[in-house]
Amino acid sequence: MRILLMGNPNVGKSAIFNRLTGANVIVSNYAGTTVEFTKGSLKVAGQNVELIDVPGTYTLDPTNKAEQIAVEMLKGRKEGDVVINVVEATNLERSLNLTLQLIKQNVPIILALNFWDETKHKGISIDVEKLENILKVPCVPICAVTGEGVKHLVERIEEAKPSSLEYDEKEKWHEIGNIVDKVQTITHRHHTLLERLSDASVRPLTGLPMAVIVLFLTFKLIRFVGEGLIGYVCKPVFENLWSPLMLKLSYFLGSAGFIHDLVIGHLVKGQIDYGQSFGLLTTGLFVPLAAVLPYVFAFYLVLSFLEDFGYLPRLAIMVDTLMHRLGLHGLAIVPMLLGLGCNVPGVLATRILETRRERFIAVTILSIGVPCAALQAMVVGLLGRYGMAKVGIVYGTLFIVWIVLGVLLNHTVKGKSPEIFVEIPPYRIPYLRSLSKKIWIRMKWFIKEAVPFVLLGVLIVNILYTLGIIQFAAKFTAPVVTRVLGLPSEAVGALIIGFLRKDVAVGMLIPLGLTAKQLIIASVILAMYFPCVATFTTLVKELGFVDMLKSAGIMIVSSLIVGGLLNIILI
Amino acid sequence: MNKSNSSKKPIESMGKRISLARMRAGQKGNIIKISGGCGVVSRLEALGIREGREIKKISEQWMRGPVLLQHGNTQLALGFGLASKVLVEITGEYR
Repeated sequence: MRILLMGNPNVGKSAIFNRLTGANVIVSNYAGTTVEFTKGSLKVAGQNVELIDVPGTYTLDPTNKAEQIAVEMLKGRKEGDVVINVVEATNLERSLNLTLQLIKQNVPIILALNFWDETKHKGISIDVEKLENILKVPCVPICAVTGEGVKHLVERIEEAKPSSLEYDEKEKWHEIGNIVDKVQTITHRHHTLLERLSDASVRPLTGLPMAVIVLFLTFKLIRFVGEGLIGYVCKPVFENLWSPLMLKLSYFLGSAGFIHDLVIGHLVKGQIDYGQSFGLLTTGLFVPLAAVLPYVFAFYLVLSFLEDFGYLPRLAIMVDTLMHRLGLHGLAIVPMLLGLGCNVPGVLATRILETRRERFIAVTILSIGVPCAALQAMVVGLLGRYGMAKVGIVYGTLFIVWIVLGVLLNHTVKGKSPEIFVEIPPYRIPYLRSLSKKIWIRMKWFIKEAVPFVLLGVLIVNILYTLGIIQFAAKFTAPVVTRVLGLPSEAVGALIIGFLRKDVAVGMLIPLGLTAKQLIIASVILAMYFPCVATFTTLVKELGFVDMLKSAGIMIVSSLIVGGLLNIILI
Repeated sequence: MNKSNSSKKPIESMGKRISLARMRAGQKGNIIKISGGCGVVSRLEALGIREGREIKKISEQWMRGPVLLQHGNTQLALGFGLASKVLVEITGEYR
């Protein structure tokens, strides 16, 4: 037996999935978080059963790719497969549309009425027993986020069955209206504070200032937490605890030799220099854990809160007009924001865009103009000492490129882009446990992904230098690198490693002793010229090989142009 | 009815037929017709938004930006062009 979790977008399917399987899919308060189905397993009556989390759909007549996936999963069901129809108790009428469609398809279902706790606050009262009698399928009220009722749901899964309820397709909404009238009563209540805040967030006179404030506070908070962790925790730990240990190891390894240089790297004035030493256990650990991880944590702390609160779709409304100039619509801001953490989930999130044209534009400007947290952390670390204004030039340039390229692509790529059409969820105070769990999942994922690749990067850099490959490549590319970009020819080493990991690439710039202007140019180039291998593989999967080549061509050409321009413009 | 605070004239608007795009934020009304290709009609219908239903216009944005409407407990943001396809008969103000 397999169980499918089906329901409208953003009703709690993934939250239920996490609860039932103990798994760790990302849950957020906006439609479109789940872009592909996920499998897990749970025990029902002592047996292991497969549970599938499916993207949300309002109807069995799909209007976008996510909905198509949901419908395909349903079509692919076998004898004995069962559907948990997750319904938003606070939106019963709209939710029953899918329910009745499932009933008509003779699917064995059990209804889970989620957000049961919210019904009281909204003055909604539902007679569950009556609903069960009318629909002729088991109905269980639950609160996925706290877990209430979920056990009861699992106990009753075996009762899931096709309903004997019949209705005329043309009278479907009439039928839904009848059902709702019979089981639901609404008592009037005043606008809650969150509802008033919601209205203020979308009305232009209050909404635009709010968006500016939110973005400003986001930036400040990420800086504060990131720098704080680096300055008060990570650097002290590395400098006071790890360095002495590494020096002892260095002495033990004979202070020289291939193994020593690989593991410890080069000592600078007899000391470990995490920027320049480039050993596996020195730079290789410092970059991901001390330079980048604090910012990754800070970024996901703020982003996860905004996601769970429900602000992102409202931000999408605010930026929609701007996005249309780029051939996209407001919701495209979500993949862009995710891309600021890591480009991979950003690219995956572009699946919420309906047309191929939009996805191509979004993915291209994301890979070129949106720097990931790892790159940002290293750039801030390196350029920060020259003042935040210099760092600002890097961000400013990337932002301008993002816009200009978007406008250009909008004018050149064939086709039209559809308008925004998205449900806006109510503001919800994030549940602390799920919020922390989500941040923890993202951090763990970063450490698992980043550390091995950074170590690999450091290893490869050492090998390339020892074999003289970087020096050879430097001579080869010198004309472009030095004359057009104004960088020393050895900087090409950073470009080579940048394909593996961008943070290691920035790290390679440290021993070159670049001026602030050169650092700015190098940072911008590294962000733009080509995606890292992780993003590259994701892009090939999402775009297909041909479009990927087009995209890559755009990246390389635009980075040379922008780098060259910066070389001329900056003093 | 509280007329002392309103700078507009609500009573004159009642019964007026106007698109969701051109309605004023704060007004509510019943949907008369949804024109346009099958796409718009069926997407709205999937959410239960159809002829005869009451919707409220919560907000609009500058420069023909998206319109936010409320139907029951569902809030939906629609592009301006899509909103122009929804014809509404005003029944009053809700705030």
